Amino acid sequence: MTGPAPGAGPVPRERPCPGGAVDREGAVEMAALAPILRMSGIGKQFPGVKALDGVDLRLLPGEVHALMGENGAGKSTLIKVLTGVHPVDAGEIELAGQAVAFGSPLEAQAAGISTVYQEVNLCANLSVAENIFIGREPRRWGRIDWRRMRVRAADLLDRLELDLDVSAPLSTYSLAIQQMVAIARAIDIEARVLILDEPTSSLDAGEVEQLFRVMRALKEQGIAILFVSHFLDQIYEISDRMTILRNGRLVGEHLTSELSQVELVAKMIGQELADLEKLHGEAKVFDRPLVEARGLGRTGAIEPFTLTVHEGEVVGLAGLLGSGRTEIARLLFGADHASTGEIAVGGVPVSLRTPRAAMTHRIAFCSENRKSDGLIPDLTVRENIILALQATRGWTRPVPREQQDELVGRYIKALKINPANPEHLVRDLSGGNQQKVVLARWLILEPRLLILDEPTRGIDVGAKAEIQRLVARLSDGGMAVLFISAELEEVLRLSHRVGVLRDRRLVAQLPNDATLTNDVLLETIASGGPA
Amino acid sequence: MRRLLWPLVVLALLLVVNVIFTPTFFSIQMREGHLYGSLIDILRFGAPLILVSLGMTLVIATGGIDLSVGSVVAISGALACLQISQDAGVLTAVVLALGLSVLLGAWNGFLVAAVGIQPIIATLILMVAGRGLAQLITDGQIITVNDPAYKLIGGGYWLTVPFGILLVLAVLAVTVFLTRRLALGMLIESVGGNAEASRLAGIRSRGIVIMVYAFAALCAGIAGLMISSNVSSADGNNAGLWIELDAILAVVIGGTSLAGGRFSLGGTVLGALIIQTLTTTIYSVGVPPETTLLFKALVVTAVCLIQSPAFRDKVFRRRGRPPTPRPAAEEKVRVTA
Amino acid sequence: MTTETLTHGRRLAVPAKYVPILVTACLFAAMFVAGGVRYEGFASGQVILNVFIDNAFLLVVAVGMTFVILTGGIDLSVGSVVALSTMISASLMAGPGWPPYLVIPLVLLIGSGLGLVMGYIVHAFDIQPFIVTLAGMFLARGLCYTIGTDSIPIEDPTFTAFAQTRIDLFADLWISPSVLIAAVVVLGAAYVLHYTRLGRGVYATGGSEQSALLMGLPVGRTKITVYTISGFCSALGGVLLSFYMLSGYGLHAVGMELDAIAAVVIGGTLLTGGSGFLFGTVLGVLVLGLIQTIISFEGTLSSWWTKIFIGLLLFVFILLQRLFSARRRN
Repeated sequence: MTGPAPGAGPVPRERPCPGGAVDREGAVEMAALAPILRMSGIGKQFPGVKALDGVDLRLLPGEVHALMGENGAGKSTLIKVLTGVHPVDAGEIELAGQAVAFGSPLEAQAAGISTVYQEVNLCANLSVAENIFIGREPRRWGRIDWRRMRVRAADLLDRLELDLDVSAPLSTYSLAIQQMVAIARAIDIEARVLILDEPTSSLDAGEVEQLFRVMRALKEQGIAILFVSHFLDQIYEISDRMTILRNGRLVGEHLTSELSQVELVAKMIGQELADLEKLHGEAKVFDRPLVEARGLGRTGAIEPFTLTVHEGEVVGLAGLLGSGRTEIARLLFGADHASTGEIAVGGVPVSLRTPRAAMTHRIAFCSENRKSDGLIPDLTVRENIILALQATRGWTRPVPREQQDELVGRYIKALKINPANPEHLVRDLSGGNQQKVVLARWLILEPRLLILDEPTRGIDVGAKAEIQRLVARLSDGGMAVLFISAELEEVLRLSHRVGVLRDRRLVAQLPNDATLTNDVLLETIASGGPA
Repeated sequence: MRRLLWPLVVLALLLVVNVIFTPTFFSIQMREGHLYGSLIDILRFGAPLILVSLGMTLVIATGGIDLSVGSVVAISGALACLQISQDAGVLTAVVLALGLSVLLGAWNGFLVAAVGIQPIIATLILMVAGRGLAQLITDGQIITVNDPAYKLIGGGYWLTVPFGILLVLAVLAVTVFLTRRLALGMLIESVGGNAEASRLAGIRSRGIVIMVYAFAALCAGIAGLMISSNVSSADGNNAGLWIELDAILAVVIGGTSLAGGRFSLGGTVLGALIIQTLTTTIYSVGVPPETTLLFKALVVTAVCLIQSPAFRDKVFRRRGRPPTPRPAAEEKVRVTA
Repeated sequence: MTTETLTHGRRLAVPAKYVPILVTACLFAAMFVAGGVRYEGFASGQVILNVFIDNAFLLVVAVGMTFVILTGGIDLSVGSVVALSTMISASLMAGPGWPPYLVIPLVLLIGSGLGLVMGYIVHAFDIQPFIVTLAGMFLARGLCYTIGTDSIPIEDPTFTAFAQTRIDLFADLWISPSVLIAAVVVLGAAYVLHYTRLGRGVYATGGSEQSALLMGLPVGRTKITVYTISGFCSALGGVLLSFYMLSGYGLHAVGMELDAIAAVVIGGTLLTGGSGFLFGTVLGVLVLGLIQTIISFEGTLSSWWTKIFIGLLLFVFILLQRLFSARRRN
């Protein structure tokens, strides 16, 4: 390991031309290249947690480098330390051979390190053009030159093959477009290092392809891209090398082409995953319909659909983001009002105008967005778990404390919630544990239909497997489950039947037998009808 | 308990200052069967503020704020005095005044919970219009009443203790019972912590929010009766002027975050007592009363600074740290009017 | 100030962001027409100019408030800073007999300084602006009473001359110098908001502070600056009020923060920040002023009806904003 450059000098303004070393014909001689960015021995301590401990990271010019790890592995912290959001506690950062320490994202940006964060961090109230240029607006005689700004914004977006009204407020565009605007902003800042922190989690397949095209183009220009994603397929499609973290420590650095997916997963979770393949043993017959939706629909959200979920059945919903998966779930839970159609529970027509109404029919719903729609961050684990039960009783009949402790203790144990302290604030838990808390909240109600909207998104592989096994166990016990996931493999693994959505329509319902494969599902989604 | 530490320290400091300047400060005497003493006075004169602050605490815990309580204080006093001056019974007057207060509070709650208007704006409406309404009731005059039964509420004694103090204790007991014994407190904290998640957990937040605003207005209504009874008159223009600000201060000093969520009733009572003691202190120290506001400003700044983690970081650790972005603040942003 | 964007909006329909302003403008026009129909001598240009003359100080204060509200903050101290400014001016001129050209800059400096300190506390210690400016409100009022509890008359010849000057426009119309000053402030502020990085930073901070921070904008500096601007505007408003009242008094401008906030809201600026225009604030002040004018023309209505009307107007506008934003989201 080389030592730091002499003296923590000022941020280097000029790149000492490592880009010239890139072989633009292809075939990059990685080992021969000097890294544009080198982080060594990075340590970061938060109150009570050692978030990073002796982590090294090298970024070469013109590569896509994947940063891999479970939730809580330290990926986000590493990025925040690099970009000056958090100060470093230990270790050195070198940019183009010079030691640097950024005090803010602005300083990092000025030195050529731009970041696109997981959540779109733009100002939706400003225009598209402003979001790209704010802080660096073209000026003439001291005043902002709006005309030039719009022209330049349109040019830049053209490079990303986007045609937008750049003077319209960003809020008029979808999250995916907003993401692309964020990237447009990042690449306009003459970036030498571009950090993409889970940029694909809200994009559909076409948009991901578009993003990858842009990433390859940036690579060609010698920009080093640090890429974080939970989607393994994307990692293998786009990345050249990867650095793997676990529990705040470095596990290893590998060429993507030399590490198999199984090996990668094993390194990330530190153990082999054995029993992910088959979760349902023998085929079952479902003849007791629990929830029947007939012609249920909501204008602008989901076309009328007819769907029946039987007792003990896992119905998976597959489709692209925005295809109407979540909308079906919300209608069945009464989170949104249906504009057409009817629902019957156990053969009796019911009206589900509020979540509370659905809960009286013992329907439960874990939203895909646990931060905004699930957790009460200020409350303890115990209070979060007890919340729905208390809501059904109203404020006048509190759940007795002994009963609370018993229930909460039981589910903390059953779901392996960590830390196992019911009085811990839920905001301090990791993503996977938070998800388990929300699950526990619904499980203590003993629902007959459990709707899970992306319950495994953004959580680590280990917790993911646990939740999948739990779903299988619950359905074996007679609970009906509506399982929504962006990952087709997961849907196939868990479901007895798969509903396929496309463009806000439920286009097919396929029994999950031997003939149903990943490819069949993909084809159905793509063609918009039964294969 | 830890978050009550600083308010307690400030209150203790204020009391110590008082004792230094007035050695008899802690003495409580019995005169004509009534309790007298500086401490009793603090409680008695602080009673309306404590009441208003209690209601405000719950409103703030839901993530809201109620700017209209001062106007409700004036309206309630004005209506009661108008009724009594028109020879209605005291009970009728009190019931009418409190009924109107609850109605106004429910209106605030309706605007916030059902229409979805930002609390600060929704209650700003009644804050502005309510003053006009109070003056409309009194026809711009100061109505004086002379009714011994009405006088009891704010100026009388019962079982040797000023009636106002007993009233506060009763309201405090009811509030504690509702929020901590029953589940209302947790549901309020849940709604204040994350409104949408609470809805999806099956909490009828609309009803809870409306109830909380109505409760705050009820507290303000009682405080209005107390104030007007104490001076035997109703002044639509000046009764309860700026009490909403003092109440919000009391809540914040007591450690409840303006962002909503966790609340502390004990902290609020402490906060209100600090504000009231401060006024008393200024008199006992012999500083001209005009400067009360100056001291209030200093205490507010001091307490808020001490409670600010950023301040403690900067001063006590004396290490320059760059500000870290707080994702929690982002989550609080709600898309409303 | 908004013309440039208007001419570039190629669509026929009015862009969504201008609708609130249009509503306010229509309301103002409707009120003016109704007043003209109902009252003799109402429908004249001078009536509108009088609204400006009587509310020039409020307009200046509301401009500062607009900056603060656009960042998502609030400034409760403006009324007391106005009062403090009148008090300092009056006492310095009456007592030690300071000349106005020393007093006015000093007052502006004190106002800006107060704003600067409040902004610094809001930013550096992360305390809610509501509380910080509340403390500032207490402080400024307290300082007023410390200077004196009675009204102090201003007899300085420059001030009285300023108070009596009429600037004649065409056709018997006239304005006071205060209106001119207010107009300069409005135009300057509009330029800053639309054409400078500071101004755009104000909108960005109000839109999403977290994002603005991550985009590398100087959020802290922006916040401190807007409170300083508001302090400066309040002090300037105080100077204009001294021209108007020719006295300094600790009870001047009680509750003016409410009028300023009401004007900003009626002008279509969202209290959550990030959306609104200075021109809307001008319209908001005009509407408030016109209500007072109508009530004085009516003659039989008592003064408290002003408050009730403003409350009603606030209600209607907030409801409209609410309906509007709900529709836009769907």
